Amino acid sequence: MIEIRNVSKWYGQFQVLTDCSTKIEKGEVVVVCGPSGSGKSTLIKCVNGLESFQQGEVIVNGISVGDAKTNLPKLRAHVGMVFQHFELFPHLTITENLEIGQVKVLGRSRDEARERGLKLLDRVGLRSQADKYPGQLSGGQQQRVAIARALAMDPICMLFDEPTSALDPEMINEVLDVMVELATEGMTMMVVTHEMGFARKVAHRVIFMDQGRIIEDAAKEDFFGTPRSERAQLFLSKILGH
Amino acid sequence: MNWDWQVFCKNTLDGEIMPRCFGSGGEITYLDWLLSAWGWTLSVSLLALLVALLFGSLMGILRTTPHRGLVFLGTAWTELFRNIPLLVQIFLWYHVLPALVPPLRGVPSFLLVVMGLGLFTSARISEQVRAGIQSLPRGQRMAGLALGFTLPQTYRYVLLPVAFRIIIPPLTSESMNIIKNSSVAFAVSISELTMFALQAQEETARGIEIYLAVTALYFISAFALNRLLHAIEVRVQIPGVIGGSR
Ligand SMILES: Nc1ncnc2c1ncn2[C@@H]1O[C@H](COP(=O)(O)OP(=O)(O)OP(=O)(O)O)[C@@H](O)[C@H]1O
Ligand SMILES: [Mg+2]
Repeated sequence: MIEIRNVSKWYGQFQVLTDCSTKIEKGEVVVVCGPSGSGKSTLIKCVNGLESFQQGEVIVNGISVGDAKTNLPKLRAHVGMVFQHFELFPHLTITENLEIGQVKVLGRSRDEARERGLKLLDRVGLRSQADKYPGQLSGGQQQRVAIARALAMDPICMLFDEPTSALDPEMINEVLDVMVELATEGMTMMVVTHEMGFARKVAHRVIFMDQGRIIEDAAKEDFFGTPRSERAQLFLSKILGH
Repeated sequence: MNWDWQVFCKNTLDGEIMPRCFGSGGEITYLDWLLSAWGWTLSVSLLALLVALLFGSLMGILRTTPHRGLVFLGTAWTELFRNIPLLVQIFLWYHVLPALVPPLRGVPSFLLVVMGLGLFTSARISEQVRAGIQSLPRGQRMAGLALGFTLPQTYRYVLLPVAFRIIIPPLTSESMNIIKNSSVAFAVSISELTMFALQAQEETARGIEIYLAVTALYFISAFALNRLLHAIEVRVQIPGVIGGSR
């Protein structure tokens, strides 16, 4: 489903990603973790072409993301993405946020889009907030709407970039619950997060990054059992410590 | 001091006071002239505002795109029009351009002033549009693109609706500036308020009344525009956002 082959990226002289390779099969849930600045966001944004890269290849559902001939908007329409800061469109109501992509990108009718949107709102438990504006919702609610917005496009896979790290602790679980449900239903997911509880529960593999490199890429059991690199061990002990 | 507001009822030809203050049968009072001058001021201002919004928005948007060539175009435009004094720009449009571009010779000076004032102001609006777009969180653009929007769609549906709401206050003062700046049109013989004031006070020797009337009309025009834009600002406020209503 997602294949990252020897991807390297530079910002001027500074190398953000060094020779990153991994593969995510259909239905797999892969958690990406690592210290701040290790390149996790950059890597996940390479998957849907929000960030360009100078070397290597990213193949999503058989389509090369880096290829200049690729129709990126078309590809992105079916790759859901959820951001750290939700990024709902503040001038649109929740319903409109859910509709706009379906109508303007997928060409669905407004009625069809509304119905699909409301169904998903139901699913994330926010039907009653349909006519509010994003600014009137809590962070946790906004993030659940953002997940629903991505799902409304019927994505073939979902990318999450630290979906809970901007949330107050008491709101983290409501978002994780939605993600766990999605994972158990068989959605292909690449999730940058430090929520190791989530990783333990639903991840198939865990990728550990440091200084732009993929240092560990291991099955969950192996990663939490005996991560091979010292840095991964140190990192784990730090975030599991508190 | 002695006020003589009847000066506005005088016929502009012989100085006779007309009974209803308005001239008839081809005769014109100073009041007629004042109102027509007000009309010219408003026409120049509003058309120039239209030109300024059009080009200013376009150039401001270009400066925020990821394409270097477009950024350069927008920046060059902005620097060009904001670094030359307005009056000089008006003279360039009026005297220099028609000399260099013969087809422009037939164009009425009214339109040349509209373009001159409009493009001068477009540089300032470009600056505000750019700042408005750049003040949005970087993730908004990414969220639009990630949803499958093309770059133009991302601007249309995500960035511009919020950016324009943010910049209504500076756009308001820019619109008011245009009304005030439209007085440069007198330099190329447009019969607008300032031109009226200069000529009428000379003819009537009642400079104080003339200038007070003209001042009042400038004030009313700018203030009305201010209220109108403020009403729009309130109407489009986003609920739940700081400064938003409901
Ligand atoms: N536009 C940019 N220009 C230059 N350097 C950048 C740019 N964006 C990111 N970087 C650098 O690239 C490195 C990787 O950034 P990235 O955001 O991918 O890290 P991250 O692993 O997601 O970190 P965090 O956990 O803080 O989100 C960082 O050192 C960052 O400073
Ligand atoms: Mg990050």
